[in-house]
Amino acid sequence: MYLSISDRNGGKKDLDPVATSPAGALKRPFRLSPVILWLGVVSMLTDVSSESVSAILPLYITGFLGLSIIAFGIIDGINQGASAIVRIAAGYASDRIGRPKRVALAGYGLSAVARAGLLFAGGFWALTAVVTADRIGKGIRTAPRDALIAVSAQPEYLARHFGVHRMLDNIGAASGPLLAFFILMMMPTGYTTVFVVSLAFAAVGVAVLTLLVPNLRTRTPGGLAEERRTGPVWGFRWRLLREPGLGRLLAAAGILGLLTVGDGFIYLVLQDRDSFAVQWFPLLYVGTNVVFLALAVPLGRLADRWGKARVFIAGHVALLACYLLAAAPIGGLGSTVACLVLLGAFYAATDGVLAALASQLTPPDMLATGLGAAQTVVALSRMAASVGFGVLWFALGPSGAMVVVGGSLAAAIVASWFVLRGGKRQRPAA
Amino acid sequence: MNAAGSTPRWGILLVVTALIMAAAGAYAAAAFQRFQESQAAVSAARVASGVAVLKKDSVLFRNTAPGAGYGMIGTVPLSEPAGERTLAGVACDRVYGTMESILCLKTNRGLVTNFEAVLLNPDWQPTGSWAVPGIPSRTRMSADGSLVATTVFVSGHSYGSGGFSTETSIRAPQGGGTGNLEDFALLVNGTRVTAADRNIWGVTFAPGHSDTFYATAASSGRVWLVQGSISARTLTAIHDGVECPSLSPDGTRIAFKKNTGGSLAAHWRVAFLDLGTGRETVLSETRSVDDQIEWLDDQTLLYGLARDSGSGDSDIWQIKADPAARSSLYIEHAWSPSVVR
Repeated sequence: MYLSISDRNGGKKDLDPVATSPAGALKRPFRLSPVILWLGVVSMLTDVSSESVSAILPLYITGFLGLSIIAFGIIDGINQGASAIVRIAAGYASDRIGRPKRVALAGYGLSAVARAGLLFAGGFWALTAVVTADRIGKGIRTAPRDALIAVSAQPEYLARHFGVHRMLDNIGAASGPLLAFFILMMMPTGYTTVFVVSLAFAAVGVAVLTLLVPNLRTRTPGGLAEERRTGPVWGFRWRLLREPGLGRLLAAAGILGLLTVGDGFIYLVLQDRDSFAVQWFPLLYVGTNVVFLALAVPLGRLADRWGKARVFIAGHVALLACYLLAAAPIGGLGSTVACLVLLGAFYAATDGVLAALASQLTPPDMLATGLGAAQTVVALSRMAASVGFGVLWFALGPSGAMVVVGGSLAAAIVASWFVLRGGKRQRPAA
Repeated sequence: MNAAGSTPRWGILLVVTALIMAAAGAYAAAAFQRFQESQAAVSAARVASGVAVLKKDSVLFRNTAPGAGYGMIGTVPLSEPAGERTLAGVACDRVYGTMESILCLKTNRGLVTNFEAVLLNPDWQPTGSWAVPGIPSRTRMSADGSLVATTVFVSGHSYGSGGFSTETSIRAPQGGGTGNLEDFALLVNGTRVTAADRNIWGVTFAPGHSDTFYATAASSGRVWLVQGSISARTLTAIHDGVECPSLSPDGTRIAFKKNTGGSLAAHWRVAFLDLGTGRETVLSETRSVDDQIEWLDDQTLLYGLARDSGSGDSDIWQIKADPAARSSLYIEHAWSPSVVR
C-alpha cells in the first residue's frame, strides 16, 4: 500500500501504535471528522444554492430577460476555463498563508455575494459579471476546501472521508434544481424568489463555514515548510511537479481526462440511438447524480483498502464500459440505465479518490497547490475532450466517435496504470 | 474545539440560520401571495370578456400584461390594434397561426420542466402535440398551414455541462418532417460546410412554394441567410449577416435582424433585404431587437421589445419598411405577433 509522506495529524496520531500494522491491515476504527462533516454540509448548502440558479438560468435569460443565450454560452465556456486556472492560484495562496480556511471562505463568500448580485443584475453584462464571480468563487474555494478535508481525515481513511464529502456535495447538487423548479411550478415568474432562496442557502453555508470549521494549519510553523519557502517564489510549482508521485498522477489524470467526454455527449449518444425525447435529459443527470452520491462512500472505503490508484483506474474502466454500451447497436432502457450507473460509479470512483491521491502525494506545505493542480488538469483536459468529441461526432457519427474514444481510453487506462505503478515503485514500501 | 468554546458558536449559527431562513421564507410567502393576487388582479391591458374568436385580418400574440391572463394567447383586429383584446384560455411562450390552425410553443413547468409544441384548431382545442428539446425561441407556419417550423434553445442542465445551441426543425402537422435542419447539407459558395458547430435558426416559408424556405445558418462565427430545399435536404447560403429572416407576404423582401455589435455584445438593428436587387436597408429603430420580425402588410414590420428587464412584460412595435420612418407602439403588453390573413 501507499505510504503517506505527509504528517496530516500534527504528529499526535502518528505516535498511536495501532495506526497501521506492518501487514497494512487497518485497525483504528473509522471516525468521521466533524470538520469534514461540516465542510460537507457547507458544500451541500452551496450546491443547493448554485444548482438551483443554474438549472433555471437558461429559462430566465431567454424567457424572462429576452436575452440571447448563445452569447451567454460562449462566455460561460470562457469562465469555465478561467475557473479551472484559478484553482492552482487559490491553492498556492492557501499554502502561502498556511490556513486554507481563509481562502476557502473568500471563495464561498464571493459566490454568495454573486448570488446577492443576481437580485440586481438586469442586463446581459451585469448577469455575465455575476455568473463570472460565482464561477471564480467556485474555482477559489475548491482546492483549500479539499486541503482542509485532507488535514482533518485519518490518513488511512482518506478516500472514505472524501467520499463522505462528495456524497453530501451531490445531495445538494441533486436537490437544488428540484427546489428551483418547485418554486417556478408554484409561481411561473418567481425567478427572484429562486434567487432569494439561493442566496439564503449560500449565506447559511458561509455561516457554517465561518462558525463551525476550525482555522486549521496545513503545515507546522518553523518546520520543513519554512526552509522550503526560502526558494524563489516561482520555483515552487516546478519543484512540486518533481515530487515523485504527483507529477505521475497529474500525467495520468490528464491523459484520462482528455478521453473523458462530457455527460451531455453520452446522453446525446444514448438519445440518438434510442430516440427517447430530449425532455428526459434532466432525469439522466439526476440518475447519474444519485448513483454518484450513493457510491461515493462505498468506493472511498474500497479505495482505502484496495488502493486509491486501483479504484481510480477501475473508475475509468467503468467509464469505458459506459462508452461501449452507448456505442453498441442494441439499445433499450436496460442499456441506458446500466450506462447511467456506470457513469455515476465513474464519478464516485474518481472525483474524491483523485483528491485523496493528490493530497497523499503532496508535501504538507504544498497540499492545496497540489490539489488545485490536479483539479485544473482534470478540468482543462475534459474541456479539451468535449471540443474534440464534438469534431469526432461530426466526422464519424455518434457510435463511431464513441468507439474511437473508447479504444483510446482503453489504451490510456493501460498506459496510466503503468505511469502510476512506476510512481509506486519509487516510493518506499509501507 | 472544546464544548465550552463551541456552545456560543452553535448558538450564533442557530440564530443566524433561523433568521436567514425566516427572511427567505417570508420573502417567498410574500412573493407567492403577490403572484396569487396578480393572477386574480385586473389585467394591465384592456381585456374584453369572453373567449377569443379567431377572425381573418387580426393579430395573434402572447399577452404579457401583468394580471389575469398573463401568458395567454390574445387577439386584436387589424382595424383596432390598440383597442380591447380578447384572450383564448391557452398559455404559450410563442404563437403563430393561420385561419385553419395555430401553433403554440409552451413550457410545461414541473419538477422536470419540459417543452412542447401544441397544434390548436380555431376553437383553441389541441389537435396534436410533440415534445421540443429546449426553450421555445421562434415558430412559423406556412401560409397554407401545411408546414410548421420551430426553433428552440437546447441548453445544458447545469453550469458544468455548459454550451448552448439551437435546434430547428420543420414538420407537417400530421406528422413527418425534416428532423433537425443541422442534418441538411449547408452549402456556402458551392462548398459544403462540415464544421460541427453549425447552428440553424429562424425559418420563414416562401408563400406559394411548398418546398422552399429561408433560415439563418451560422458556423465559426459567420452568419448566412440560407435558402432551404426540403426535398433536396440542402441549405444554400445566399447572403451574409441575416438573422431570423421573415419573408414579406408578396415574397419580394426579407426582413431580418442585423447584428451591428460583436458576437458577444450583440446589437440587432431592424433591416430588410430586397431579394431582387440584393440591397440591404437598415431602419431607424435604435434599440436592439431580438425577435423574428413579422410583416403586418407588404410595407410594415412588427417586432417585440422587452420592457424593463426583469418585468417579463413587452410591447409590439411597428415601423414602415422605409429608412426615413420612425417606429411606433403597435400593441402594448404583447409579444410574438402573428398576422392572420
